[in-house]
Amino acid sequence: MAEQLYQRDVYGAALVKLGALDKNIVVLDADLSSSTRTNLFAKQFPDRFFNFGVAEQNMIAAAAGLASCGKTVFLSTFAVFASGRAWDQVRVSISYNNFNVKIVATHAGITVGPDGASHQALEDIALMRVLPNMNIIVPSDGPQTEDAIMAAAKNVGPFYIRLGRSKVPTIENLGEFKFGQAQLLTEGNDVTLIACGAMVTQALAAVKNLAAKGIQARLINLHTIRPIDREIILKAARETKLIIACEEHSIFGGLASSIDEVVAENFPVKVIRVGVRNRFGQSGEPEELLKEYNLSSLDIERAVLANISEK
Amino acid sequence: MANKQLTIEELAGQARQIRRLIIQMLAKAGSGHPGGSLSSADLITALYFNVLRFNPADPQWPDRDRFHMSKGHCCPLWYAVLAKTGYFPEEKLFTLRKFGSMLQGHPDRKTPGVESASGSLGQGLSIALGMSLAAKVDKKDYRVYVLLGDGEVQEGSIWEAAMACAHFSCDNICAILDFNGCQIDGRCEDIMGLEPLAAKWQAFGWQVIQINGHDMTQILAAYDQAKTIKNKPTIIIARTVKGKGVSFMEGVVGFHGRAPTAEEAQRALKELA
Repeated sequence: MAEQLYQRDVYGAALVKLGALDKNIVVLDADLSSSTRTNLFAKQFPDRFFNFGVAEQNMIAAAAGLASCGKTVFLSTFAVFASGRAWDQVRVSISYNNFNVKIVATHAGITVGPDGASHQALEDIALMRVLPNMNIIVPSDGPQTEDAIMAAAKNVGPFYIRLGRSKVPTIENLGEFKFGQAQLLTEGNDVTLIACGAMVTQALAAVKNLAAKGIQARLINLHTIRPIDREIILKAARETKLIIACEEHSIFGGLASSIDEVVAENFPVKVIRVGVRNRFGQSGEPEELLKEYNLSSLDIERAVLANISEK
Repeated sequence: MANKQLTIEELAGQARQIRRLIIQMLAKAGSGHPGGSLSSADLITALYFNVLRFNPADPQWPDRDRFHMSKGHCCPLWYAVLAKTGYFPEEKLFTLRKFGSMLQGHPDRKTPGVESASGSLGQGLSIALGMSLAAKVDKKDYRVYVLLGDGEVQEGSIWEAAMACAHFSCDNICAILDFNGCQIDGRCEDIMGLEPLAAKWQAFGWQVIQINGHDMTQILAAYDQAKTIKNKPTIIIARTVKGKGVSFMEGVVGFHGRAPTAEEAQRALKELA
Protein backbone atom coordinates (compact mmCIF):
# COMPACT_ATOMS: atom_id res chain seq x y z
CA MET A 1 0.00 0.00 0.00
CA ALA A 2 1.41 3.34 -1.04
CA GLU A 3 1.95 6.12 1.44
CA GLN A 4 -1.13 8.36 1.73
CA LEU A 5 -0.81 12.06 2.49
CA TYR A 6 -3.04 15.08 2.85
CA GLN A 7 -1.80 17.66 0.37
CA ARG A 8 -2.75 20.39 2.86
CA ASP A 9 -0.56 18.84 5.55
CA VAL A 10 2.32 18.98 3.13
CA TYR A 11 1.40 22.58 2.26
CA GLY A 12 1.33 23.65 5.91
CA ALA A 13 4.73 22.11 6.54
CA ALA A 14 6.16 23.68 3.38
CA LEU A 15 4.95 27.10 4.54
CA VAL A 16 6.77 26.67 7.84
CA LYS A 17 9.95 25.78 5.94
CA LEU A 18 9.56 28.81 3.68
CA GLY A 19 8.77 31.07 6.61
CA ALA A 20 12.06 30.18 8.24
CA LEU A 21 13.99 30.75 5.01
CA ASP A 22 12.35 33.99 3.93
CA LYS A 23 11.20 36.68 6.35
CA ASN A 24 9.38 38.37 3.52
CA ILE A 25 6.69 35.70 3.39
CA VAL A 26 3.32 36.46 4.98
CA VAL A 27 0.33 34.13 5.17
CA LEU A 28 -3.37 34.96 5.20
CA ASP A 29 -6.42 32.85 5.85
CA ALA A 30 -10.16 33.40 6.17
CA ASP A 31 -11.24 31.40 9.21
CA LEU A 32 -10.21 28.05 7.76
CA SER A 33 -6.62 27.87 8.96
CA SER A 34 -7.06 24.56 10.73
CA SER A 35 -8.49 23.00 7.56
CA THR A 36 -6.05 24.59 5.11
CA ARG A 37 -3.18 23.99 7.58
CA THR A 38 -1.92 27.56 7.46
CA ASN A 39 -2.29 27.28 11.25
CA LEU A 40 1.12 25.58 11.26
CA PHE A 41 2.69 28.79 9.93
CA ALA A 42 0.55 30.91 12.28
CA LYS A 43 1.95 29.05 15.27
CA GLN A 44 5.56 29.50 14.19
CA PHE A 45 5.32 33.04 12.83
CA PRO A 46 2.37 34.78 14.49
CA ASP A 47 3.61 38.23 13.44
CA ARG A 48 3.45 37.27 9.79
CA PHE A 49 0.08 35.56 9.83
CA PHE A 50 -3.25 37.36 9.51
CA ASN A 51 -6.65 35.77 9.92
CA PHE A 52 -9.28 37.79 8.08
CA GLY A 53 -12.31 36.01 9.45
CA VAL A 54 -15.09 35.06 7.06
CA ALA A 55 -14.27 37.80 4.55
CA GLU A 56 -12.55 36.47 1.46
CA GLN A 57 -12.96 39.61 -0.65
CA ASN A 58 -11.15 41.67 1.94
CA MET A 59 -8.43 39.07 2.36
CA ILE A 60 -7.68 38.87 -1.34
CA ALA A 61 -7.52 42.62 -1.96
CA ALA A 62 -5.46 43.06 1.24
CA ALA A 63 -3.05 40.46 -0.15
CA ALA A 64 -2.57 42.81 -3.09
CA GLY A 65 -1.78 45.68 -0.71
CA LEU A 66 0.81 43.56 1.09
CA ALA A 67 2.32 42.50 -2.22
CA SER A 68 2.51 46.13 -3.36
CA CYS A 69 4.86 46.66 -0.42
CA GLY A 70 7.13 43.83 -1.53
CA LYS A 71 5.72 40.94 0.49
CA THR A 72 5.42 37.42 -0.90
CA VAL A 73 1.88 36.55 0.11
CA PHE A 74 0.44 33.05 0.48
CA LEU A 75 -3.29 33.00 1.15
CA SER A 76 -5.62 30.10 1.64
CA THR A 77 -9.25 29.19 1.85
CA PHE A 78 -11.42 26.56 0.19
CA ALA A 79 -11.26 26.53 -3.60
CA VAL A 80 -14.93 27.52 -4.02
CA PHE A 81 -14.30 30.74 -2.09
CA ALA A 82 -10.78 31.45 -3.35
CA SER A 83 -11.86 31.30 -6.97
CA GLY A 84 -15.51 32.30 -6.88
CA ARG A 85 -16.30 34.42 -3.85
CA ALA A 86 -13.66 37.02 -4.58
CA TRP A 87 -13.08 36.61 -8.31
CA ASP A 88 -13.20 40.33 -9.06
CA GLN A 89 -10.59 40.99 -6.36
CA VAL A 90 -8.40 38.31 -7.90
CA ARG A 91 -8.94 39.86 -11.32
CA VAL A 92 -8.35 43.54 -10.61
CA SER A 93 -6.18 43.61 -7.51
CA ILE A 94 -3.97 40.57 -8.10
CA SER A 95 -3.97 39.49 -11.72
CA TYR A 96 -4.17 42.92 -13.38
CA ASN A 97 -1.56 44.30 -10.96
CA ASN A 98 0.54 41.17 -11.56
CA PHE A 99 1.30 41.02 -7.85
CA ASN A 100 3.27 38.33 -6.09
CA VAL A 101 0.32 36.58 -4.42
CA LYS A 102 -0.01 32.81 -4.16
CA ILE A 103 -3.57 31.58 -3.79
CA VAL A 104 -3.39 28.09 -2.36
CA ALA A 105 -6.91 26.71 -2.53
CA THR A 106 -7.76 23.53 -0.68
CA HIS A 107 -10.85 21.32 -0.79
CA ALA A 108 -11.14 21.40 -4.57
CA GLY A 109 -13.05 18.87 -6.60
CA ILE A 110 -15.70 16.26 -5.99
CA THR A 111 -13.58 14.34 -3.45
CA VAL A 112 -14.43 17.00 -0.86
CA GLY A 113 -17.12 14.42 -0.16
CA PRO A 114 -19.80 14.79 2.54
CA ASP A 115 -19.93 18.63 2.53
CA GLY A 116 -21.72 18.45 -0.80
CA ALA A 117 -22.17 20.68 -3.83
CA SER A 118 -21.70 24.12 -2.26
CA HIS A 119 -18.22 23.13 -1.13
CA GLN A 120 -17.06 21.13 -4.14
CA ALA A 121 -15.19 23.44 -6.51
CA LEU A 122 -15.67 22.09 -10.02
CA GLU A 123 -15.22 25.42 -11.81
CA ASP A 124 -12.15 26.93 -10.20
CA ILE A 125 -9.59 26.08 -12.86
CA ALA A 126 -11.90 27.63 -15.46
CA LEU A 127 -12.32 30.80 -13.42
CA MET A 128 -8.60 31.25 -12.80
CA ARG A 129 -7.44 30.17 -16.24
CA VAL A 130 -9.00 33.11 -18.05
CA LEU A 131 -7.02 35.66 -16.04
CA PRO A 132 -3.85 37.04 -17.64
CA ASN A 133 -0.66 36.63 -15.56
CA MET A 134 -2.14 33.80 -13.48
CA ASN A 135 -0.04 30.66 -13.14
CA ILE A 136 -1.89 27.47 -12.19
CA ILE A 137 -0.56 24.27 -10.65
CA VAL A 138 -2.60 21.19 -9.74
CA PRO A 139 -0.17 18.86 -7.97
CA SER A 140 -0.93 15.17 -8.12
CA ASP A 141 0.16 13.98 -4.67
CA GLY A 142 1.73 14.96 -1.37
CA PRO A 143 5.37 15.32 -2.39
CA GLN A 144 4.44 17.20 -5.56
CA THR A 145 2.46 19.62 -3.43
CA GLU A 146 5.67 20.70 -1.75
CA ASP A 147 7.32 21.08 -5.17
CA ALA A 148 4.43 23.27 -6.32
CA ILE A 149 4.61 25.48 -3.25
CA MET A 150 8.36 25.92 -3.61
CA ALA A 151 7.98 26.74 -7.30
CA ALA A 152 5.37 29.37 -6.49
CA ALA A 153 7.64 30.90 -3.85
CA LYS A 154 10.54 31.03 -6.28
CA ASN A 155 8.71 32.44 -9.30
CA VAL A 156 7.49 36.02 -8.92
CA GLY A 157 3.86 36.59 -9.90
CA PRO A 158 0.36 35.39 -9.13
CA PHE A 159 -0.26 31.66 -8.68
CA TYR A 160 -3.32 29.52 -8.11
CA ILE A 161 -2.48 26.16 -6.57
CA ARG A 162 -5.27 23.62 -6.33
CA LEU A 163 -5.25 21.05 -3.54
CA GLY A 164 -7.75 18.42 -2.46
CA ARG A 165 -9.29 17.65 0.89
CA SER A 166 -8.78 13.90 1.09
CA LYS A 167 -5.60 11.89 1.48
CA VAL A 168 -3.95 10.93 -1.79
CA PRO A 169 -1.52 8.10 -2.44
CA THR A 170 2.05 9.08 -3.17
CA ILE A 171 2.86 8.16 -6.75
CA GLU A 172 6.00 6.08 -7.14
CA ASN A 173 8.75 7.28 -9.45
CA LEU A 174 6.95 10.50 -10.29
CA GLY A 175 10.24 12.09 -11.26
CA GLU A 176 11.50 15.61 -10.88
CA PHE A 177 8.96 18.44 -10.83
CA LYS A 178 9.63 21.27 -13.23
CA PHE A 179 7.20 24.17 -13.20
CA GLY A 180 5.56 24.51 -16.60
CA GLN A 181 6.84 21.17 -17.83
CA ALA A 182 4.46 18.20 -17.75
CA GLN A 183 5.65 14.75 -16.69
CA LEU A 184 5.60 11.70 -18.91
CA LEU A 185 4.66 8.87 -16.56
CA THR A 186 4.19 5.97 -18.97
CA GLU A 187 5.21 5.48 -22.58
CA GLY A 188 2.76 4.26 -25.18
CA ASN A 189 1.53 5.10 -28.65
CA ASP A 190 -2.01 3.74 -28.71
CA VAL A 191 -3.66 6.55 -26.74
CA THR A 192 -2.63 9.40 -24.44
CA LEU A 193 -4.16 10.01 -21.04
CA ILE A 194 -3.57 13.50 -19.70
CA ALA A 195 -4.52 14.05 -16.07
CA CYS A 196 -3.95 16.44 -13.19
CA GLY A 197 -4.36 16.30 -9.42
CA ALA A 198 -5.85 13.20 -7.84
CA MET A 199 -6.95 11.97 -11.29
CA VAL A 200 -3.35 11.04 -12.06
CA THR A 201 -3.70 8.10 -9.67
CA GLN A 202 -6.95 7.03 -11.35
CA ALA A 203 -5.30 7.31 -14.75
CA LEU A 204 -2.33 5.22 -13.62
CA ALA A 205 -4.68 2.41 -12.64
CA ALA A 206 -6.39 2.69 -16.02
CA VAL A 207 -3.01 2.43 -17.78
CA LYS A 208 -2.32 -0.85 -15.99
CA ASN A 209 -5.72 -2.31 -16.86
CA LEU A 210 -5.37 -1.23 -20.48
CA ALA A 211 -1.94 -2.83 -20.71
CA ALA A 212 -3.50 -6.12 -19.67
CA LYS A 213 -5.79 -5.72 -22.68
CA GLY A 214 -2.89 -5.05 -25.00
CA ILE A 215 -3.31 -1.27 -25.18
CA GLN A 216 -0.19 0.80 -24.53
CA ALA A 217 -1.35 4.09 -23.07
CA ARG A 218 0.86 7.12 -22.65
CA LEU A 219 0.19 8.99 -19.42
CA ILE A 220 1.04 12.64 -18.91
CA ASN A 221 0.76 14.45 -15.59
CA LEU A 222 -0.15 17.97 -16.66
CA HIS A 223 0.43 19.46 -13.22
CA THR A 224 0.97 22.97 -14.56
CA ILE A 225 -2.19 24.15 -16.30
CA ARG A 226 -0.67 27.59 -16.97
CA PRO A 227 1.73 28.13 -18.56
CA ILE A 228 0.77 25.00 -20.46
CA ASP A 229 3.32 22.55 -21.88
CA ARG A 230 2.31 22.72 -25.54
CA GLU A 231 5.14 20.54 -26.83
CA ILE A 232 4.25 17.44 -24.83
CA ILE A 233 0.57 17.75 -25.80
CA LEU A 234 1.28 18.20 -29.50
CA LYS A 235 3.77 15.35 -29.53
CA ALA A 236 1.11 13.13 -27.95
CA ALA A 237 -1.48 14.32 -30.47
CA ARG A 238 0.81 13.51 -33.39
CA GLU A 239 2.00 10.18 -32.07
CA THR A 240 -1.17 8.72 -30.54
CA LYS A 241 -4.00 10.59 -32.33
CA LEU A 242 -6.34 10.20 -29.35
CA ILE A 243 -6.29 12.05 -26.03
CA ILE A 244 -8.33 11.35 -22.92
CA ALA A 245 -8.38 14.33 -20.54
CA CYS A 246 -9.00 13.37 -16.90
CA GLU A 247 -9.86 15.98 -14.30
CA GLU A 248 -11.78 16.34 -11.08
CA HIS A 249 -13.40 19.48 -12.51
CA SER A 250 -16.13 20.48 -14.91
CA ILE A 251 -15.57 19.39 -18.50
CA PHE A 252 -15.94 23.08 -19.31
CA GLY A 253 -12.98 25.38 -19.00
CA GLY A 254 -10.48 23.21 -17.17
CA LEU A 255 -7.75 20.76 -18.15
CA ALA A 256 -9.68 19.36 -21.12
CA SER A 257 -10.39 22.81 -22.51
CA SER A 258 -6.72 23.74 -22.10
CA ILE A 259 -5.74 20.72 -24.16
CA ASP A 260 -8.48 21.41 -26.73
CA GLU A 261 -7.13 24.90 -27.28
CA VAL A 262 -3.64 23.62 -27.97
CA VAL A 263 -4.58 20.83 -30.35
CA ALA A 264 -7.38 22.71 -32.14
CA GLU A 265 -4.97 25.40 -33.31
CA ASN A 266 -2.11 23.09 -34.21
CA PHE A 267 -2.97 19.44 -34.75
CA PRO A 268 -6.64 18.62 -34.20
CA VAL A 269 -7.25 15.19 -32.75
CA LYS A 270 -10.11 13.76 -30.74
CA VAL A 271 -10.02 14.82 -27.07
CA ILE A 272 -12.39 12.81 -24.87
CA ARG A 273 -13.31 14.46 -21.60
CA VAL A 274 -13.44 12.51 -18.36
CA GLY A 275 -14.74 15.14 -15.98
CA VAL A 276 -17.91 16.40 -14.34
CA ARG A 277 -20.53 16.81 -17.04
CA ASN A 278 -22.58 19.94 -16.43
CA ARG A 279 -23.71 18.94 -12.94
CA PHE A 280 -23.21 20.11 -9.40
CA GLY A 281 -21.73 17.70 -6.88
CA GLN A 282 -23.48 16.14 -3.89
CA SER A 283 -22.72 14.54 -0.54
CA GLY A 284 -21.09 11.15 -0.36
CA GLU A 285 -17.75 9.49 0.22
CA PRO A 286 -15.02 10.38 -2.30
CA GLU A 287 -14.96 6.89 -3.80
CA GLU A 288 -18.74 6.86 -4.23
CA LEU A 289 -18.67 10.25 -5.88
CA LEU A 290 -15.85 9.36 -8.27
CA LYS A 291 -18.03 6.48 -9.44
CA GLU A 292 -21.25 8.50 -9.64
CA TYR A 293 -19.58 11.26 -11.67
CA ASN A 294 -17.74 8.81 -13.93
CA LEU A 295 -14.29 9.83 -12.77
CA SER A 296 -12.92 6.43 -11.70
CA SER A 297 -10.12 4.50 -13.39
CA LEU A 298 -12.82 2.27 -14.84
CA ASP A 299 -14.45 5.27 -16.50
CA ILE A 300 -11.14 6.31 -18.01
CA GLU A 301 -10.64 2.80 -19.30
CA ARG A 302 -14.12 2.78 -20.83
CA ALA A 303 -13.48 6.11 -22.52
CA VAL A 304 -10.37 4.67 -24.13
CA LEU A 305 -12.06 1.47 -25.26
CA ALA A 306 -15.05 3.34 -26.68
CA ASN A 307 -12.90 5.60 -28.83
CA ILE A 308 -9.74 3.76 -29.72
CA SER A 309 -11.23 1.76 -32.63
CA GLU A 310 -12.31 4.96 -34.41
CA LYS A 311 -8.83 6.39 -34.33
CA MET B 1 11.62 63.74 1.33
CA ALA B 2 10.59 66.75 3.36
CA ASN B 3 7.94 68.48 1.33
CA LYS B 4 7.84 72.24 1.24
CA GLN B 5 4.80 73.30 3.20
CA LEU B 6 2.45 75.53 1.28
CA THR B 7 0.32 78.23 2.85
CA ILE B 8 -3.46 77.95 2.76
CA GLU B 9 -3.52 80.49 -0.09
CA GLU B 10 -0.85 78.62 -2.01
CA LEU B 11 -2.75 75.35 -1.58
CA ALA B 12 -5.94 76.97 -2.83
CA GLY B 13 -3.98 78.25 -5.83
CA GLN B 14 -2.60 74.78 -6.55
CA ALA B 15 -6.06 73.26 -6.25
CA ARG B 16 -7.34 75.78 -8.79
CA GLN B 17 -4.51 74.89 -11.20
CA ILE B 18 -5.27 71.21 -10.71
CA ARG B 19 -8.97 71.77 -11.40
CA ARG B 20 -8.02 73.56 -14.61
CA LEU B 21 -5.89 70.61 -15.64
CA ILE B 22 -8.74 68.19 -14.90
CA ILE B 23 -11.08 70.15 -17.17
CA GLN B 24 -8.48 70.40 -19.94
CA MET B 25 -7.55 66.73 -19.75
CA LEU B 26 -11.14 65.55 -19.81
CA ALA B 27 -12.11 67.86 -22.66
CA LYS B 28 -9.17 66.55 -24.67
CA ALA B 29 -9.94 62.95 -23.79
CA GLY B 30 -13.62 63.36 -24.66
CA SER B 31 -14.69 61.06 -21.84
CA GLY B 32 -14.08 60.58 -18.14
CA HIS B 33 -15.35 61.65 -14.73
CA PRO B 34 -15.20 65.36 -13.82
CA GLY B 35 -17.69 65.45 -10.91
CA GLY B 36 -15.79 63.42 -8.32
CA SER B 37 -12.40 64.58 -9.54
CA LEU B 38 -13.40 68.17 -8.79
CA SER B 39 -15.12 67.37 -5.48
CA SER B 40 -12.03 65.70 -4.02
CA ALA B 41 -9.48 68.09 -5.56
CA ASP B 42 -8.90 70.14 -2.40
CA LEU B 43 -8.49 67.06 -0.21
CA ILE B 44 -5.91 65.41 -2.45
CA THR B 45 -4.04 68.62 -3.28
CA ALA B 46 -3.54 69.32 0.42
CA LEU B 47 -2.53 65.70 1.02
CA TYR B 48 0.20 65.63 -1.64
CA PHE B 49 1.58 69.13 -1.07
CA ASN B 50 1.58 69.31 2.72
CA VAL B 51 1.13 65.87 4.25
CA LEU B 52 2.35 62.93 2.19
CA ARG B 53 6.01 61.82 2.44
CA PHE B 54 7.29 60.76 -0.98
CA ASN B 55 10.02 61.23 -3.54
CA PRO B 56 8.92 61.56 -7.17
CA ALA B 57 12.47 60.75 -8.30
CA ASP B 58 12.19 57.42 -6.48
CA PRO B 59 8.54 56.35 -6.61
CA GLN B 60 9.35 53.00 -4.97
CA TRP B 61 11.19 54.53 -1.98
CA PRO B 62 10.35 51.93 0.73
CA ASP B 63 9.61 54.50 3.43
CA ARG B 64 7.17 56.54 1.37
CA ASP B 65 3.69 57.18 2.67
CA ARG B 66 1.17 55.32 0.56
CA PHE B 67 -1.79 56.84 -1.21
CA HIS B 68 -4.35 54.74 -3.04
CA MET B 69 -7.33 56.05 -4.98
CA SER B 70 -10.00 53.47 -4.37
CA LYS B 71 -12.55 55.41 -6.39
CA GLY B 72 -10.43 54.97 -9.48
CA HIS B 73 -12.68 56.89 -11.84
CA CYS B 74 -11.38 60.11 -10.28
CA CYS B 75 -7.88 59.42 -11.64
CA PRO B 76 -7.79 62.67 -13.68
CA LEU B 77 -7.34 64.37 -10.31
CA TRP B 78 -4.66 61.89 -9.26
CA TYR B 79 -2.77 62.26 -12.53
CA ALA B 80 -2.88 66.06 -12.34
CA VAL B 81 -1.54 65.99 -8.77
CA LEU B 82 1.19 63.50 -9.71
CA ALA B 83 2.27 65.75 -12.57
CA LYS B 84 2.20 68.85 -10.36
CA THR B 85 4.32 67.13 -7.72
CA GLY B 86 6.95 66.04 -10.21
CA TYR B 87 6.22 62.42 -11.07
CA PHE B 88 6.00 63.15 -14.78
CA PRO B 89 5.75 66.17 -17.11
CA GLU B 90 2.42 67.97 -17.31
CA GLU B 91 2.15 67.52 -21.07
CA LYS B 92 1.68 63.78 -20.49
CA LEU B 93 -1.68 64.62 -18.95
CA PHE B 94 -3.15 65.27 -22.34
CA THR B 95 -2.66 61.67 -23.38
CA LEU B 96 -5.32 60.62 -20.83
CA ARG B 97 -7.42 57.69 -22.09
CA LYS B 98 -5.61 57.60 -25.44
CA PHE B 99 -4.24 54.45 -27.02
CA GLY B 100 -0.75 53.69 -25.74
CA SER B 101 -0.91 56.24 -22.91
CA MET B 102 0.46 55.51 -19.47
CA LEU B 103 -2.59 57.38 -18.19
CA GLN B 104 -5.32 54.79 -18.50
CA GLY B 105 -9.03 55.49 -18.07
CA HIS B 106 -8.77 53.99 -14.60
CA PRO B 107 -5.55 53.71 -12.55
CA ASP B 108 -2.89 51.29 -13.73
CA ARG B 109 0.53 50.60 -12.28
CA LYS B 110 2.25 51.80 -15.43
CA THR B 111 1.76 55.35 -14.14
CA PRO B 112 4.62 56.46 -11.84
CA GLY B 113 3.20 57.02 -8.38
CA VAL B 114 0.28 54.61 -8.79
CA GLU B 115 0.70 51.77 -6.30
CA SER B 116 -2.17 49.59 -7.43
CA ALA B 117 -4.85 49.46 -10.07
CA SER B 118 -8.40 50.40 -9.17
CA GLY B 119 -11.63 51.01 -10.99
CA SER B 120 -13.71 48.19 -9.64
CA LEU B 121 -15.12 49.87 -6.55
CA GLY B 122 -14.88 48.57 -3.01
CA GLN B 123 -11.38 47.09 -3.10
CA GLY B 124 -9.20 50.04 -2.14
CA LEU B 125 -9.74 50.02 1.61
CA SER B 126 -8.57 46.40 1.63
CA ILE B 127 -5.51 47.38 -0.41
CA ALA B 128 -4.78 50.08 2.17
CA LEU B 129 -5.20 47.50 4.92
CA GLY B 130 -2.62 45.27 3.23
CA MET B 131 -0.21 48.22 3.01
CA SER B 132 -0.80 48.99 6.66
CA LEU B 133 -0.13 45.38 7.70
CA ALA B 134 3.08 45.39 5.63
CA ALA B 135 4.25 48.42 7.64
CA LYS B 136 3.53 46.52 10.85
CA VAL B 137 5.46 43.45 9.68
CA ASP B 138 8.40 45.58 8.55
CA LYS B 139 8.20 47.90 11.59
CA LYS B 140 8.03 50.94 9.34
CA ASP B 141 6.38 54.21 10.25
CA TYR B 142 4.87 55.17 6.91
CA ARG B 143 1.21 56.10 6.79
CA VAL B 144 -1.46 54.90 4.38
CA TYR B 145 -4.05 57.22 2.85
CA VAL B 146 -6.96 56.04 0.74
CA LEU B 147 -9.67 58.01 -1.05
CA LEU B 148 -13.15 56.48 -1.02
CA GLY B 149 -16.28 57.64 -2.78
CA ASP B 150 -19.61 57.90 -1.01
CA GLY B 151 -21.41 55.72 -3.55
CA GLU B 152 -18.50 53.32 -3.21
CA VAL B 153 -19.24 52.55 0.42
CA GLN B 154 -22.40 50.81 -0.75
CA GLU B 155 -20.05 47.94 -1.67
CA GLY B 156 -20.14 45.26 1.03
CA SER B 157 -16.42 44.64 0.79
CA ILE B 158 -15.79 48.16 2.17
CA TRP B 159 -17.37 47.05 5.42
CA GLU B 160 -15.37 43.83 5.51
CA ALA B 161 -12.29 46.02 5.28
CA ALA B 162 -13.62 48.56 7.80
CA MET B 163 -14.11 45.79 10.34
CA ALA B 164 -10.63 44.43 9.72
CA CYS B 165 -8.80 47.80 9.86
CA ALA B 166 -10.22 48.31 13.34
CA HIS B 167 -9.58 44.69 14.36
CA PHE B 168 -5.91 45.01 13.43
CA SER B 169 -5.71 48.46 15.14
CA CYS B 170 -4.43 50.08 11.96
CA ASP B 171 -3.73 53.56 13.31
CA ASN B 172 -1.50 54.22 10.31
CA ILE B 173 -4.56 54.27 8.04
CA CYS B 174 -6.36 57.47 7.18
CA ALA B 175 -9.34 57.00 4.87
CA ILE B 176 -10.78 60.04 3.15
CA LEU B 177 -14.42 59.85 2.16
CA ASP B 178 -15.47 62.29 -0.54
CA PHE B 179 -19.05 62.79 0.60
CA ASN B 180 -20.48 64.72 -2.33
CA GLY B 181 -23.87 63.03 -2.05
CA CYS B 182 -24.16 62.05 -5.71
CA GLN B 183 -23.74 58.82 -7.61
CA ILE B 184 -24.35 57.85 -11.23
CA ASP B 185 -28.08 57.30 -11.00
CA GLY B 186 -28.89 60.21 -8.70
CA ARG B 187 -28.57 61.44 -5.11
CA CYS B 188 -27.12 58.81 -2.77
CA GLU B 189 -30.02 59.27 -0.38
CA ASP B 190 -32.45 58.31 -3.17
CA ILE B 191 -30.44 55.45 -4.68
CA MET B 192 -29.17 53.75 -1.51
CA GLY B 193 -29.13 55.78 1.66
CA LEU B 194 -25.83 56.02 3.54
CA GLU B 195 -26.87 57.74 6.75
CA PRO B 196 -26.08 57.70 9.57
CA LEU B 197 -22.68 57.51 7.91
CA ALA B 198 -20.45 58.77 10.72
CA ALA B 199 -22.20 56.55 13.26
CA LYS B 200 -21.64 53.52 11.03
CA TRP B 201 -17.89 54.09 10.92
CA GLN B 202 -17.78 54.81 14.65
CA ALA B 203 -19.65 51.59 15.32
CA PHE B 204 -17.04 49.75 13.24
CA GLY B 205 -14.33 51.08 15.55
CA TRP B 206 -13.04 54.07 13.62
CA GLN B 207 -12.20 57.57 14.68
CA VAL B 208 -14.38 59.83 12.56
CA ILE B 209 -13.48 63.42 11.69
CA GLN B 210 -16.15 65.39 9.86
CA ILE B 211 -15.09 68.43 7.88
CA ASN B 212 -15.92 70.71 5.01
CA GLY B 213 -13.86 69.13 2.24
CA HIS B 214 -13.26 72.47 0.50
CA ASP B 215 -11.85 74.31 3.52
CA MET B 216 -8.06 73.97 3.45
CA THR B 217 -7.68 74.88 7.12
CA GLN B 218 -10.10 72.15 8.16
CA ILE B 219 -8.52 69.67 5.76
CA LEU B 220 -4.99 70.19 7.16
CA ALA B 221 -6.25 70.08 10.73
CA ALA B 222 -7.99 66.77 10.02
CA TYR B 223 -4.83 65.21 8.57
CA ASP B 224 -2.90 66.40 11.63
CA GLN B 225 -5.49 65.04 14.03
CA ALA B 226 -5.54 61.67 12.27
CA LYS B 227 -1.82 61.25 12.96
CA THR B 228 -2.30 61.62 16.70
CA ILE B 229 -4.85 58.85 17.15
CA LYS B 230 -3.44 55.59 18.46
CA ASN B 231 -4.80 52.05 18.06
CA LYS B 232 -7.61 52.81 15.67
CA PRO B 233 -7.96 53.85 12.04
CA THR B 234 -9.25 57.28 11.12
CA ILE B 235 -11.74 58.30 8.48
CA ILE B 236 -12.19 61.89 7.39
CA ILE B 237 -15.74 62.29 6.18
CA ALA B 238 -15.47 65.35 3.98
CA ARG B 239 -18.62 67.12 2.92
CA THR B 240 -18.02 68.22 -0.63
CA VAL B 241 -19.82 69.50 -3.68
CA LYS B 242 -19.75 67.37 -6.78
CA GLY B 243 -18.20 69.32 -9.64
CA LYS B 244 -16.84 71.93 -7.19
CA GLY B 245 -15.37 75.05 -8.80
CA VAL B 246 -17.41 74.99 -12.00
CA SER B 247 -20.83 76.53 -11.43
CA PHE B 248 -22.68 74.56 -14.07
CA MET B 249 -21.23 71.26 -12.84
CA GLU B 250 -21.79 71.78 -9.13
CA GLY B 251 -24.26 69.25 -7.74
CA VAL B 252 -25.16 68.08 -11.23
CA VAL B 253 -25.40 64.29 -11.28
CA GLY B 254 -24.93 64.19 -15.05
CA PHE B 255 -21.33 65.32 -14.74
CA HIS B 256 -20.38 62.23 -12.78
CA GLY B 257 -19.20 60.50 -15.90
CA ARG B 258 -19.45 62.97 -18.79
CA ALA B 259 -16.54 65.03 -20.05
CA PRO B 260 -17.13 68.72 -20.78
CA THR B 261 -17.49 69.73 -24.41
CA ALA B 262 -14.96 72.20 -25.82
CA GLU B 263 -17.39 75.03 -25.19
CA GLU B 264 -18.16 73.88 -21.65
CA ALA B 265 -14.44 73.56 -20.99
CA GLN B 266 -13.93 77.18 -22.12
CA ARG B 267 -16.59 78.40 -19.71
CA ALA B 268 -15.22 76.24 -16.90
CA LEU B 269 -11.68 77.52 -17.39
CA LYS B 270 -12.93 81.11 -17.28
CA GLU B 271 -14.50 80.40 -13.88
CA LEU B 272 -11.28 78.77 -12.69
CA ALA B 273 -9.01 81.57 -13.91
